[in-house]
This record gives sequence, C-alpha cells and structure tokens, in this order.
Amino acid sequence: MLVLSHTLAAIILAALTAYVLLGGADFGGGMWDLLADGPRKTRQRELIARAIGPVWEANHVWLILALVLLFTCFPRAFARIAIALHIPLTLMLIGIVLRGSAFVFQIYGGGGGRVFAIASLVTPVLLGMCVGAIAAANIGQAGGIPGGGFHALYVATWLTSFSLAVGLFTLTCFAFLAAVYLTLETPDPELQGDFRLRAIGAGVWVLMMAALALAVAPHRNVVDHRIAALVGIAALITFLALWKRRYGVARIAAAAEVALILWGWGVAQFPYMLPPDLTIAGAAAPPRTLNLALLALILGAIVLFPSLYYLFKVFKTRAI
Amino acid sequence: MSDLLAARSQMAVSLAFHIIFAIIGIAMPVLMVIAERRWHQTKDPVYLDLARRWARGTAILFAVGAVSGTVLSFELGLLWPRFMELAGPLIGMPFSLEGFAFFTEAIFLGVYLYGWDKVSPRAHLTAGILVAVSGAASGIFVVIANAWMNTPTGYAVIDGIMQAVDPIAALKTPAAFPQALHMTLAAYAATGLGVAGIHALLLLRNRTNMFNRAALTIGLLVGVPAAILQPVSGDIAARYVARRQPAKLAAMEAVYTTQAGAPLKVIPGVNIPYALSLLAFHDPKAVVKGLDSIPADEHPNVGVVHLSFNVMVALGTYMAIVSLWAGWLVLRKRDLAARPRLLWALVIAAPCGFIATEAGWMVTEVGRQPWIVYGVIRTADAVTPMPGLIVPFTTITLLYGVLGGVVGWILYRQIIRSPRT
Ligand code: HDD
Ligand code: HEM
Ligand code: HEM
Repeated sequence: MLVLSHTLAAIILAALTAYVLLGGADFGGGMWDLLADGPRKTRQRELIARAIGPVWEANHVWLILALVLLFTCFPRAFARIAIALHIPLTLMLIGIVLRGSAFVFQIYGGGGGRVFAIASLVTPVLLGMCVGAIAAANIGQAGGIPGGGFHALYVATWLTSFSLAVGLFTLTCFAFLAAVYLTLETPDPELQGDFRLRAIGAGVWVLMMAALALAVAPHRNVVDHRIAALVGIAALITFLALWKRRYGVARIAAAAEVALILWGWGVAQFPYMLPPDLTIAGAAAPPRTLNLALLALILGAIVLFPSLYYLFKVFKTRAI
Repeated sequence: MSDLLAARSQMAVSLAFHIIFAIIGIAMPVLMVIAERRWHQTKDPVYLDLARRWARGTAILFAVGAVSGTVLSFELGLLWPRFMELAGPLIGMPFSLEGFAFFTEAIFLGVYLYGWDKVSPRAHLTAGILVAVSGAASGIFVVIANAWMNTPTGYAVIDGIMQAVDPIAALKTPAAFPQALHMTLAAYAATGLGVAGIHALLLLRNRTNMFNRAALTIGLLVGVPAAILQPVSGDIAARYVARRQPAKLAAMEAVYTTQAGAPLKVIPGVNIPYALSLLAFHDPKAVVKGLDSIPADEHPNVGVVHLSFNVMVALGTYMAIVSLWAGWLVLRKRDLAARPRLLWALVIAAPCGFIATEAGWMVTEVGRQPWIVYGVIRTADAVTPMPGLIVPFTTITLLYGVLGGVVGWILYRQIIRSPRT
C-alpha cells in the first residue's frame, strides 16, 4: 500500500513533468510570439506557430492525465487543492481557454494573436503560483480551518511573495525551454541565432528567478539540496552547449534542468503530498483503486508511447 | 443567487457549452474519413476538397472542445470537492481510461490536420479512423462516469459516509449501456443531420453544386441511421430510468399520483390512455410511481424536466421522420437535390439534434436532483465551501458567450466561402 501510493504519486509527478517539458514549451512559444522582434519578426512568429500547431493538443493532455490521476488516486489531496486554490485555478483555466482558442483562431484566419500571446504569459504564472502555495506548505490545513475569514482561507494561501516568485520562475522556465527547442525547429541559421540568444537570455532569467524564489521562501527545504546541485550542473551544460551551438545537447540539458527542479521539489516534500500534514499515503484512495489505476496506466502506456513517438517523428523530424 | 445555485448554474453552462463541441468532435471525424475514402476510391477532387474543408472547421471546434473539457475536469473539484473526494476512487477509472482516449485522439488529430503532405494517403486515412474511434471512446467513458452518478454501484455506506469499494463494479453501472448508446447515437444524428441541413440550404440556392451534393450525401449517411435508431435507444433508456430512478421518470412524465395503467401526457389536454405504462414497462397495466410516493424534499424540478423531455422526444420524432423520408428516397435512387420540400425539412432538422441533446441532458441532470449521486450524496452537501460563487459563474458564462460568438462567426465565414461550382 505504502509503496503503491508512492509509485502513483511519482507517476503523477512524471505526468506533470511531461506537461511542463512539452506543454510548457508551447506556452513559452506564445511568449516569444509576444516578444518577436527585429528584422525576422514575422518569420519568428511563423516558426513558433508551425512548431506548436500539430502537437499542442497532445501535449496538453498530460495536464489532464495528471489531474485525473490525482483525483482517482489521491481524492483527499485533490479536494483540498480544489477548495484552497479555487481562485488561481479558475484564473488559470480562463488562461488555458483563451490561449487554446485564440491559437486556432489565429491559424484559421480569425485574428486573436494578441490574446494568444498574453494568455500564454499569464497562465504559467498562475500554474507556478499554485505549485508555490503547495511547496510553501500553505495548503496543509487550509479548507479545514473553521472560522478563518475569506482572505485567510482562499487568498492568503497563494497570494504570497514566494508564490509569485515561483510563478515568475515557471514563466521564465517555459520561455527558456521554448527558446532552446526552437533552435532545433528550423534549418535557417539566422532564426537559430535569434532563438539561441533568447535561450541564453532566458537561461539567465531562470537562474535569477530561482535565486529570488529561494530568497523569499518561507522555509529552507523547498528543493532537495542534492538535486539542486544537479540542476546547477545541467544549467552549466545548457549554457555551454548553446554557446557552442550544439543545439541537440542544449535541448537535453535544458529539459533535464527543468525536470530536476520539479523532482527536487517532490523529493524535498516527500513523504508529504500537501505539507505540513497530508502525507501521500494519508491522501491515497483504497488499494483496489490504486491497483486498477496502475493497471490502466500500464495498458494506456502501451498505446500512448508508440503513438506519441509517431507524432513526433512525423512533425519533429529535425528534432528527433 | 445562492452559492449552490451559482455552482449548479456554472456546471450547467460549462457542460452545455462543452457538449456541442464534444458531439461534433465525435462525429465529424467519421464524416471526414468517409469523404477521404471516397476520394481514394473515385479520385474525384470534390471529395478531397470536402475532407480538407471539414478538417479546417473541425480543427477549430476540437480546440474549443479540448479547452472547455479541461475546464470541466477542474470544475468537478472546484465546485464539487466533497463529491470528488468520495466518488473519485470509483469514477476515476472511466476518467483515467478517457485520458488515454484523449491522448490517442489528440495525437492522431495532429497527424490528420497537419499531416496531409507529410504522411502517405493510407496512413492519413488511418489517422482519421483512429480519431473517430478514440473520440467515440472518450465520449463513452465520460458518460459511464455520469451513468454511475445516476445508478451508483460498487460503494458501501459506513457511518453515513460513502466509501469506495469496487471500481470495477462502478464501471459496470446499469445505466452505462443505455446512456452510452443513446449519447453516441445522439452525436452522429445531431452532427450528421446538422451537416446535411447546412448543405441542403446551399443546394436550395444552387441545385447542381457537386460539392454540396457530396456533402449532403455523406451527412445523411451518418445522420439518417442514427436518427432512426435514436427513438429505440431512447425507449431503452426510459425503461432503465423507470426501474432505477422513479423520481426522474415521474418528473419526465409529470406523474403526480401513483397509478396503474398510466396515460401518456403528450401536450396539456392530450393524453393517450395506458401509453406511459406501456412505454416505461412494456405492460399497459404496470404501476407507475408518482411524485406522491417520493418524499417532498427529494422531488426534482418537474416543470424543467417534463418540458425538456417533451422537447427531446418531439425533436427526436421529427428527426426520425425526416430521416425515414430521406432514406426512402435514397434507397429508390431519387435525386434529393431536386426535392426542395425535403431539402427544407432537412434545413429545419439541422439544429434539432443539438437542441435535443441539450434537452436530454437537462432531463438526466435536473431529473437527478437533489442528488449528485442518486440516493447517496446530495448536491447541497457536495458543493465547495467557498463563498461568492456567483463571481466565477458570471465570469465563465461571459467567457463562453464571447467564445461561442467568435466560433460561430469564424465558421459562418468558412461556410459562405464554400465553392460555388
Ligand atoms: C440527438 C439527440 C437526441 C434525440 C433525438 C433523443 N434524445 Fe434522449 N437524450 C439525449 C439525446 C437525444 C442525450 C443528450 O444524449 C441524453 C442525455 C443523457 C444521455 O445519456 O442521453 C438523453 C437522455 C434521455 C433519457 C434520460 C436517460 C437518463 O436519465 O438516464 C431518456 C429517457 C431519453 N433520452 C429518451 C428519449 C426518447 C424516448 C427519444 C425519442 C425520440 C429521445 N430520447 C430522443
Ligand atoms: C463532466 C463531464 C466532462 C468532463 C470532465 C470532460 C472532460 C474533457 C476534457 C478534459 C477534454 C479535453 C481533452 C483534450 O485535451 O483533448 C474533453 C474533450 C472531449 N470531450 Fe469532454 N468532458 C465531459 C463531458 C463530455 C461528454 C458528455 C462528452 C460526450 C458524450 C464528451 C466528449 C468529449 C470529446 C469527444 C472530446 C474531444 C475533444 C472534442 O471533440 O472537442 N465530454 N472533455
Ligand atoms: C455534456 C453534457 C452534459 C450536460 C449538458 C449536463 C448538464 C448539467 C446540468 C444542467 C446540471 C445542473 C443540474 C441542476 O443542478 O439542476 C449539471 C450538473 C452536474 N453534472 Fe451534468 N451534464 C452533462 C454531462 C455530465 C457528465 C458526463 C458528468 C460527469 C461525469 C456530469 C456531472 C455533473 C455534476 C457533478 C453536476 C453538479 C451536481 C448536480 O447538479 O447534480 N454531467 N449538468
């Protein structure tokens, strides 16, 4: 039971990681659309639209998967999160709706480019703020405290300087991933150069925002220290690879950097799902549900991974 | 507006919005695949043009369907945290399977929409078929979750609180089959006749347009059989409701007093003797429970449920009759485009399936009240403790109002641009 619930929690974190690495980059693309500039402005935007178009809906499903697994396997945690983070989650949903629909409207000639870009900017911040609220151990007893006022229960949990810093950090991470991946999406050395510079710039921002978040963190253990060291190494490799125009290496290192940050957070709060009081085992559904969910995941993976490979092989030939 | 009413209204608006895109997302891939297959067989470029144009429209509708579906997944928790806490371990199963169906759907939709020039024609058609299959599968899985709310199974009540026991039993909930069948047919009937109706309208202006003729035929191919079968599957659904959810049946038919040999109320003043007992139990003398046999605090809103049910049945009957008419002419190899009266009947049928679908969901959902899980958890006990729910309700309603308007405008532009030859 113990091991099973931990396995499923790890799978949920893995799905969230996939969402951040793939779906996150699609949001980052929207940000570079907003910041497109210089002589190749239009070509930059075209490249971004081409890169996102075929894959964003599939990438988006990782979030759904993480969410569905959370309410199936850890219903208590899901209920608490949904109560305490109602406001930022609703705002994030509005961002998701506007981003997705404005993107297709724009492709099919209905306008909406501005909405797409701005929603791409706001949504990641809100996602990061929700994660920040959990990491800060604010969702622990929230929703359960009777007598607390509206502000204490539904606002103070997530509207903190730390959450905000994590939100901005998430935004810079997404932009960084997008810029690194975009270098591989085009054979055109000029465009590659544009995004190489952006990637380096965003990489510096990532480090600055990480430092800011750590500086305002409510406790010292938001990221596991050993894993933080690995993040540093990955960051170094990414910068070197970008400098030497080894884009393939840069992509792997950048993805590793961001993934390690997420896992550093997960390891740091282990065995808690919602610190300070709700453990993974304590939030878990009955073992039968967990067993069946694991079975469904294994069967699903058999269908999913070959299909995903095919999708990326068709559209990301340059990148694979 | 109370918080509970705001939450219910927000759920209703979000679902009513999503279902339109969902049923198009289930059925449109079938139409595109048929068009593409015909192109492979005949090499007639009209069919390729059709498949490509439909794909453009579907891309927009799919994206809106995907984002509005995401909203719903979160809303289940944002609005009904207590429900998800107790029911999540049971209905999580169909939702997890649905997750994988979404993956397959989104992946192969990407290949279908953007891969015209990147994959072989065979692979392209196969991708379309996979989208159609996984679209139907995702609809079926989510309807199973809803069926469980109507006829819950696989749980035990311990200390007055529902506990999940057996997720497999929950998956096999009795309402699953009739609801999934009726819903899947609804998607094909509504979308098929919807497409047929739009192209019938264009044919009324120009009878010889090959593009619209081809589109009409394919729309009818999907819509006609489904619309003819729909009353049959509705009858199956009604009999399940009669046995398992007497309060809902009483509200659907506005039966206030328990009686044997109950009549069917068609419109106020017109009753068919014994017909209700006959329809609901296939026995003219069967006893139909009236609302008097149900505690007053467990009555659903009879006005809404009864009206919605009658709207659905009336539209379903009309769609089935028009479908029989069109099907008969097709079997006798008559030229439909030369029959303006049929074309007009099809134009009128175009929105009917969508309205019937909304009405049908009103019956199912409002008819289940005051329960969120029939007989086990009350809706009022499941709602989030957060006050001020009118704010998110208003926001989501405005957002969807604007979004719906924009989608309508973009699609309208696409349709009036259809080829004139
Ligand atoms: C094209 C759309 C459409 C059409 C023509 C019909 N329906 Fe329907 N009906 C639906 C679309 C729908 C629906 C939206 O898909 C529902 C809501 C929930 C469900 O499973 O299906 C539904 C629900 C629903 C229910 C409630 C099931 C429940 O609560 O579990 C009953 C009893 C019927 N229908 C019966 C009928 C009958 C007797 C029809 C005769 C013509 C009919 N429907 C036509
Ligand atoms: C509480 C109810 C519902 C929830 C939580 C829900 C959830 C979702 C989610 C998360 C998506 C997005 C998947 C993606 O990213 O591709 C989606 C899309 C979809 N949903 Fe729903 N859904 C609900 C009701 C329904 C119903 C009743 C049907 C149909 C019978 C349906 C059919 C579909 C289909 C076919 C799609 C694919 C996208 C499209 O065709 O537009 N859903 N839904
Ligand atoms: C997409 C088609 C659907 C439509 C149009 C629809 C419509 C509605 C409506 C009108 C209500 C409000 C009922 C009331 O409070 O009087 C409602 C409530 C609700 N529906 Fe549905 N529904 C759909 C499908 C589903 C599905 C597939 C699920 C779950 C898997 C679901 C879950 C719920 C829940 C949890 C509520 C709130 C609690 C309640 O009022 O019982 N719905 N829906």
